Amino acid sequence: MQITVDLDLCESHGSCVFAAPGIFSFDDDDYLLYEPAPDDGLRGAAEKAAASCPVRAITVAAAP
Amino acid sequence: MSAAGHPREVVIVGASLAGLRAAATLRAEGFGGHLTLVGAEQYTPYDRPPLSKKFLTAADPAETRLPVPDDLRARWLLGRAAVRLDPYSRIVTLADGTRLPYDGLLIATGAAARSGAVPGEPGPGQGVFTLRDRDDAVALRAALAAGRRLLVVGAGFLGGEIAAAGRALGLDVTLVEAGAVPLERAVGAEAGAFVGMLHREAGIDLRTGTTVTAFRTGPDGALTGARLADGRTVAADVAVLALGAVPATGWLAGSGIEATGGVPCDNRLRALFPDGTAVPGVVAAGDAARVPQPLAGGDAPPPGHWSGAVEQGTAAARTLLLGEAAPVFEEVPSFWSDFHGVRLRSVGLPGLADTVKVHECDRDARRLEVSYHLGGRLVGALTIGRTSRLAAYRRVLAEPTP
Ligand SMILES: Cc1cc2nc3c(=O)[nH]c(=O)nc-3n(C[C@H](O)[C@H](O)[C@H](O)COP(=O)(O)OP(=O)(O)OC[C@H]3O[C@@H](n4cnc5c(N)ncnc54)[C@H](O)[C@@H]3O)c2cc1C
Ligand code: SF4
Repeated sequence: MQITVDLDLCESHGSCVFAAPGIFSFDDDDYLLYEPAPDDGLRGAAEKAAASCPVRAITVAAAP
Repeated sequence: MSAAGHPREVVIVGASLAGLRAAATLRAEGFGGHLTLVGAEQYTPYDRPPLSKKFLTAADPAETRLPVPDDLRARWLLGRAAVRLDPYSRIVTLADGTRLPYDGLLIATGAAARSGAVPGEPGPGQGVFTLRDRDDAVALRAALAAGRRLLVVGAGFLGGEIAAAGRALGLDVTLVEAGAVPLERAVGAEAGAFVGMLHREAGIDLRTGTTVTAFRTGPDGALTGARLADGRTVAADVAVLALGAVPATGWLAGSGIEATGGVPCDNRLRALFPDGTAVPGVVAAGDAARVPQPLAGGDAPPPGHWSGAVEQGTAAARTLLLGEAAPVFEEVPSFWSDFHGVRLRSVGLPGLADTVKVHECDRDARRLEVSYHLGGRLVGALTIGRTSRLAAYRRVLAEPTP
């Protein structure tokens, strides 16, 4: 699975960190960090994160 | 709903965030029947949070339309308000007389701005606005562009954002708040004082502990200012009443559902009659729904947050499809507000707290971390410039309540 986040859109809402802590986290300055190629087992959490992002910055796709 | 729990004819009243999420969930999870979305506004669903932020300040504001899935296969009845619900014959009636039978109904009519708090209140034509929908935002944007002095009544989140937008546009801004600090009931005195400090640093004239008792208009009827309860006057050519929102449930009068404070729901979002029995085939979601809040020990007014509308819309759709087999709805409320270039984020229900703990309060760096407790138990947290700290609180709040 492949995750992309449009960091120009991201407003550090943190919904993705709540929904999928195994993929998304913040550094100490509230910049979003994420695992771009997480395990397929996290697909449900990743989709929940994408759906909960208020600015629709997250795209979830199958691994290339 | 049929015995198997599969509705054939679903009507969603309120074509906005919660309604659209529910519609998308119904289709994504296999609903093959007819789907009708009814909306009082003429617009397809759009996002409201930008309307008090970027939409007011950007030179060329982007559309805030919400994406509608291609495969929604819905009938849209827009610009048409529902005026009546008969839960026994299962019919929704629209203002133009159209009757819509349903076997599954979602109530997602949101909330409306509270107004009428000041006697003889002038309207938008005279320069006094409220802000809830796109038309309000377009009108306010134009008034701010032409205005010089803005008066915002109510220093809650919405009022604070509008005041900040006014400053960003270069207007003189007065912000009037009845409480001792902004947001005291919502987030406590400590965080409220911090927000008040940010407003004053931005050059807003924040007047706390007072209210507007009368507006003043000139010979042409246009706003010139207001009189405050403390006897002082404020000059203004634009005013916004930001006094909170009330559930838009007036159309349910006569249905047997007592919905003045939001449609009462059970923990699968099924609408309830006053005797506690479920209204057959009817669910509610979003700002119109009074959803049980375990953190509050059960009943609490709708907090009115974006994420609640999203999660409840999804959950209500599952209840329509699965009935009793649908998962119980459990949500940790979360909320954000952006103003003066800072990001305020909260989780849980800070307003419940009897004890507030300040973990970080750095005025220069504009950072704040506060947690909220009731009877020794965590009920919420709030940060400014420290979103990274919230996830840990969220995890604790998501643990089942004892
Ligand atoms: C200006 C503004 C800024 C906000 N900022 C934030 C923020 O920063 N963070 C945050 O968490 N939340 C914010 N919110 C709150 C958030 O937008 C709401 O929680 C969310 O919109 C609720 O969605 P909803 O679908 O329940 O209701 P709404 O979005 O209110 O939609 C209800 C829809 O139902 C329609 N309707 C009403 N009555 C009828 C009827 N009788 N028949 C047919 N249709 C009807 C209405 O026209 C409306 O389109 C903000 C809200 C506003 C207004
Ligand atoms: S939910 Fe969206 S806006 Fe929020 S941190 Fe994640 S990507 Fe950024």
